[in-house]
Amino acid sequence: MQTLLDQFFNISIMIKTMPLMLKGLVMTLKLCAAVILLGLAGGLLVALGNLSPRKWLRLPCIVFTDIFRALPPLVLLIFIYSGLPFAGVEISPFTAVVLAFFLNNSSYYAEVYRAGILSVPKGQLEAARSTGLSKAQALVHVVLPQAVRNVLPDLLSNTIEVVKLTSLASAVSFAELLYSANMARSVTYNASPLVLAALIYLVLLWPLVRLVSRFQRRLAA
Amino acid sequence: MEGLHRFLATFFDPAMIEAHTLAVLAGVWITLEIGLAVIVAGIGLGLLLACLRTYGRRFFNFFIVCFADIFRALPPLVLILILYFGLPSAGILLSGPMVLFLVLSLTLAAFAEEIFWAGFSAIDKGQWEAGIATGLGFTGTLFHVALPQALRLATPPLVNRVLAITKMTALGSVIGVEEVLSAATTAQSFSGSATPLSLAAIAYLIIFLPVVFLARFLETRQRWGRA
Amino acid sequence: MTNRPMLEIVALEKRFGTNTILKGIDLKVSEGELVFVIGPSGSGKSTMLRCCNRLEEPSGGDIIVNGRNIMSGTTADLNRMRLQVGMVFQGFHLYPHMTVLDNVTLAQRKALKRSRPEADARAMDMLENVGLAHKAKAYPSELSGGQQQRVAIARALALDPKVMLFDEPTSALDPELVGSVLKVMKDLRDKGMTMLVVSHEMGFARETADRVVFMDGGVIVEEGTPDEIFGAPKAERTRAFLARVKN
Ligand SMILES: Nc1ncnc2c1ncn2[C@@H]1O[C@H](COP(=O)(O)OP(=O)(O)O)[C@@H](O)[C@H]1O
Ligand SMILES: [Mg+2]
Repeated sequence: MQTLLDQFFNISIMIKTMPLMLKGLVMTLKLCAAVILLGLAGGLLVALGNLSPRKWLRLPCIVFTDIFRALPPLVLLIFIYSGLPFAGVEISPFTAVVLAFFLNNSSYYAEVYRAGILSVPKGQLEAARSTGLSKAQALVHVVLPQAVRNVLPDLLSNTIEVVKLTSLASAVSFAELLYSANMARSVTYNASPLVLAALIYLVLLWPLVRLVSRFQRRLAA
Repeated sequence: MEGLHRFLATFFDPAMIEAHTLAVLAGVWITLEIGLAVIVAGIGLGLLLACLRTYGRRFFNFFIVCFADIFRALPPLVLILILYFGLPSAGILLSGPMVLFLVLSLTLAAFAEEIFWAGFSAIDKGQWEAGIATGLGFTGTLFHVALPQALRLATPPLVNRVLAITKMTALGSVIGVEEVLSAATTAQSFSGSATPLSLAAIAYLIIFLPVVFLARFLETRQRWGRA
Repeated sequence: MTNRPMLEIVALEKRFGTNTILKGIDLKVSEGELVFVIGPSGSGKSTMLRCCNRLEEPSGGDIIVNGRNIMSGTTADLNRMRLQVGMVFQGFHLYPHMTVLDNVTLAQRKALKRSRPEADARAMDMLENVGLAHKAKAYPSELSGGQQQRVAIARALALDPKVMLFDEPTSALDPELVGSVLKVMKDLRDKGMTMLVVSHEMGFARETADRVVFMDGGVIVEEGTPDEIFGAPKAERTRAFLARVKN
């Protein structure tokens, strides 16, 4: 029991590594902000492409979402980070991570948006058009607000996944939270920093996870 | 033309394809093995917990909800590192594949429990009453009436989640599990070529694209009866 | 109709929290009798029916079915008892994932332990009685509301219940579908089934009921023959209710 406590919940090690961890947390938050915003924007464009009546626009968007839903994000990340230099493209860990997760998240967010847009009755668009709004105006002011509201739980749960996903950046030595924790672990020969990282993720994400469940319950009722 | 040639030579070098396809295929086998084990264990445990939860015992439900919350909130890679690097010093040795299997199946179980529970919650209360009023009892009604309907409702989101989590078998490469990605990065560093990485990407597409198509198919088809 | 009581409700009370919904109900339904319950919405009619097979747990009193008190005994006893009390809901509650035939055979096979052929034969008989044998292979979503309700009646009857409880069986139906369900209920009565019916179909009550019970505020205000209740109600509350329903 004592060894377990020492190995996983060593308070003095946790306190000692705290500054390093907080630095990592800041990087994680920065990374999250970048990938979430890019993913939300990219996903919207891809979703609109997915639903376009023009085949030349629709097909590439569908292929895009399917491919990036099928590829594990870590594979994509390693491919970009270690593969591109072979083609003469040097790339920083941050750029590689942002690019990989942008591609991955756009396809996931796109699926959520698509479901949302499809959930808005067709009559809404027709009514908006009949009052003289352009197609783009109708989309922005009438369809999208309803679409987003309808899939808010899914958008939120996808965003939780994105935050968790940023931990993969540690695999390409990007100094975010998990990377810092793992560094601290290898220096101290103790898993407590990793447990501390887990606790930080819990503090960050547990409320959001609860919120998603709350949402779902309300939809079911 | 020059550019395309260079691209092909970097990512699809025929000599490299020949040299490393077998190694990647061996990785595919391990990925499939661990993936299937995770699916069976994760869905099984998740279903069991969701069924237990329908009995409405506060004591059990508290633990089920905590379990589901924690494993949905934690990044699997964090858990993988804790188990892989932490447990040995506590005297417990788990192999890389075992750690990967444990973490991913518990994660899938947490999500599956929530998905099945959402399915149970969406079933009309009258369905339970009809079953109980005809003498099936709570357990009989659970199995014959509620469960089949919950399964049906749960299938599309479950397939999506299974896809997301089995893809995480690639995380095994971080702790030396010789799955597809590890096989490819090893080959890449030996050969100094990016082609093995392309092979890995293609292997994953072949494995997971069918699941993507299945998910899409299930999302468009959602009604009882023959239609 | 005999004088043997098939269902006895004795001093039944039901509270939800501090809210007392049933305040001591006494009601006897004899073998082969059709007792019709009317009363304003919220007066506790559904709650009373649901206490009769303990879908709702009574807070006090006894329910005696065919001479056996169902408030005592084990869970297994309770499930056996429920087989004797058929229930038909306002919302049908057919199982959407099963064919009509499977809806009618499920409890026969799982609760009564009948073999598949035996259950099928019994189910086809019952579906024949409600005029839906030709829909045996259909799914509930392919049926009209009236047809679904008749299947629900067949599902309950297939278990050979001693008493049938109906909770507003036609309230969720389009007007033109009500008749087919009432006809099935009348046939059932003519065959001697003991029935306790909550409904607003006053015409049906006049024609078929042996006794009419008026409930209000969790108590039985008045009971009598249809002629007594509809023709010359004694209590002021009954008169007010009937006047309201007529327009
Ligand atoms: N599960 C419940 N919890 C709390 N109150 C309930 C519940 N079921 C019924 N009630 C209350 O009991 C009263 C009687 O309901 P009900 O038996 O359905 O009346 P009726 O069928 O005569 O319309 C209503 O005021 C209703 O709000
Ligand atoms: Mg009612």
